[in-house]
Amino acid sequence: MAAIIQTENLTRRYGRQVAVDGLTLEINEREIFGFLGPNGAGKTTTILMLLGLTEPTSGSARVLGYDPTRDPLEIKRQVGYLPENVGFYDDLTGRENLRFMAELNRLPEARITEKIEEALRTVGLNGEGDKLVGAYSRGMRQRLGIAELLIKDPKLLILDEPTLGLDPDGTNKMLDLVHALSRDRGITVMLSSHQLEQVQRICTRVGIMIKGKLVAVGTIEELAKRKLGEGGGMNLEEIYMRYFKEA
Amino acid sequence: MWTICKKELADHFSSTRFLILFCLILMVALVSTYMVATNIRQVLEGVSKPSNVFLLLFTTEGKFFSLVQFIAFFGPLLGIIMGFDAINRERQHRTLAKLVSQPIFRDAVINGKFLAGVITVSIALVSMMLLLTGMGLITVGVVPGWEEIGRLFVYLIVSIAYVSFWLGLAILFSILFRSLATSALAAVALWIFFSFFMGFASDLVADALSPVRNPRDPEEVVANQRVSDAASLVSPAVLYSKATSTILDPYRRSRGSVMIVGLLEKLSMERFQSPLPLDQSILVVWPYLTLLAALTLICFGLSYVIFMRQEIRSV
Ligand SMILES: Nc1ncnc2c1ncn2[C@@H]1O[C@H](COP(=O)(O)OP(=O)(O)OP(=O)(O)O)[C@@H](O)[C@H]1O
Ligand SMILES: [Mg+2]
Repeated sequence: MAAIIQTENLTRRYGRQVAVDGLTLEINEREIFGFLGPNGAGKTTTILMLLGLTEPTSGSARVLGYDPTRDPLEIKRQVGYLPENVGFYDDLTGRENLRFMAELNRLPEARITEKIEEALRTVGLNGEGDKLVGAYSRGMRQRLGIAELLIKDPKLLILDEPTLGLDPDGTNKMLDLVHALSRDRGITVMLSSHQLEQVQRICTRVGIMIKGKLVAVGTIEELAKRKLGEGGGMNLEEIYMRYFKEA
Repeated sequence: MWTICKKELADHFSSTRFLILFCLILMVALVSTYMVATNIRQVLEGVSKPSNVFLLLFTTEGKFFSLVQFIAFFGPLLGIIMGFDAINRERQHRTLAKLVSQPIFRDAVINGKFLAGVITVSIALVSMMLLLTGMGLITVGVVPGWEEIGRLFVYLIVSIAYVSFWLGLAILFSILFRSLATSALAAVALWIFFSFFMGFASDLVADALSPVRNPRDPEEVVANQRVSDAASLVSPAVLYSKATSTILDPYRRSRGSVMIVGLLEKLSMERFQSPLPLDQSILVVWPYLTLLAALTLICFGLSYVIFMRQEIRSV
């Protein structure tokens, strides 16, 4: 298994505050990695550094073999990044938004329409493609956000709080979609969240970050064994609370 | 960059505020030029036709202002309206993070937006000029010579450069200020300062640097005036008005002298002077153009530096 994301002592300071503190992490091909932590843990900061949108104070990272500080363009070409609270051009339709993204990614004109239709079908928005995005519901916007990433055939998806603000049904649909993408297309996924009980359903491995430090990494079984002992159940919420109290 | 430029162009031409401002400018321009045109025709009746009549259409003051003054006044607004929300609107709608995570260079975002603005301004000004020229042809009945057309062409280019400066400035403010209202207000404040108060400001600077102790001493007065003139050159509005008045008024020798004369007096006076040829006029205004371009470049350079280092977090 090849490492898709690899970081070494990745650190980011804002003034005297350390947002990400010596993060060493590896994410392998075809994994769905859950990046968990409370508000202000440093999840978004880590993701921005992986994409070359923020410079690390120290340490290094490799994404798909590229260095984000030196080769951000190559990473952006192959990685689909869904920012937290993603926005759209509300005065354009869903299809027009997708077309704009396709053109920014320099897709050949001949394939754009076909790609747009395929992406809309995958996220289940093919009936709504010609509505103005301003009229979309929160769940639809979030799915349109995923469709925009699929346009460029990403090898890796980095989703920052993809389930934020969705109702239980919307959350489930979103997670099923991510799960299907990973299973059917072999896409590696890194998703951040603080809604633990929900993401634990699809994640193959999770990392727990608290106050900038990665306090635990592993499969849910491993973490459960470590914290709750044999037969202690597999409740991620429980594990998470224990780490949280220790920190 | 072209993708962004294309999208921005579509945005401009469908944006209500741009269309409203453009229609307003167009209407005022048509009406005032029409009044000037009929005025010129009356004056010209029975007089043999002097040269460069056509340019008078644009430089003669009608009831309130000449067309050139009018554009000098409202052109900046056009630039500001297209640029003041260029970057912070994307920030507010949370599309900026998405934009910069696409495989494009960050400066392509600024370039695309600036280019779209320049193209829009060019289309607006050129189409307006064509309309006015057509109307002038019909009402005055004088066909412009090649030289006059050349002058109008140079005037157009200078005007586009001028509006582009304001566009660049507005884009810079849209990067600096997160709030749309703040960046719009800042740009408008600067516009008002340069258009109305630059005279006072440059006088203040002059009085501070080379005060006139004895108002009767001509040397001191001249020195004071020189400093004041030099100081006012920081203002793009001053640069622009000096450049265009030289371009459109071939009888203007130096860059300064202002004479207030009526239309008829002006016409009869000009019979005894020979006009400055076009290439000489261009030579005279060249320094102004260079300064204007330099100011635009400064805005641009600042925009790049700030935007490249800015944190793109969507909060
Ligand atoms: N530009 C900045 N200047 C100063 N401090 C910052 C800046 N950006 C982030 N921080 C700090 O860095 C820390 C980590 O923030 P980050 O956004 O990465 O957290 P997060 O895990 O994504 O939280 P959330 O769940 O709320 O999205 C926070 O304490 C925040 O205050
Ligand atoms: Mg976050």
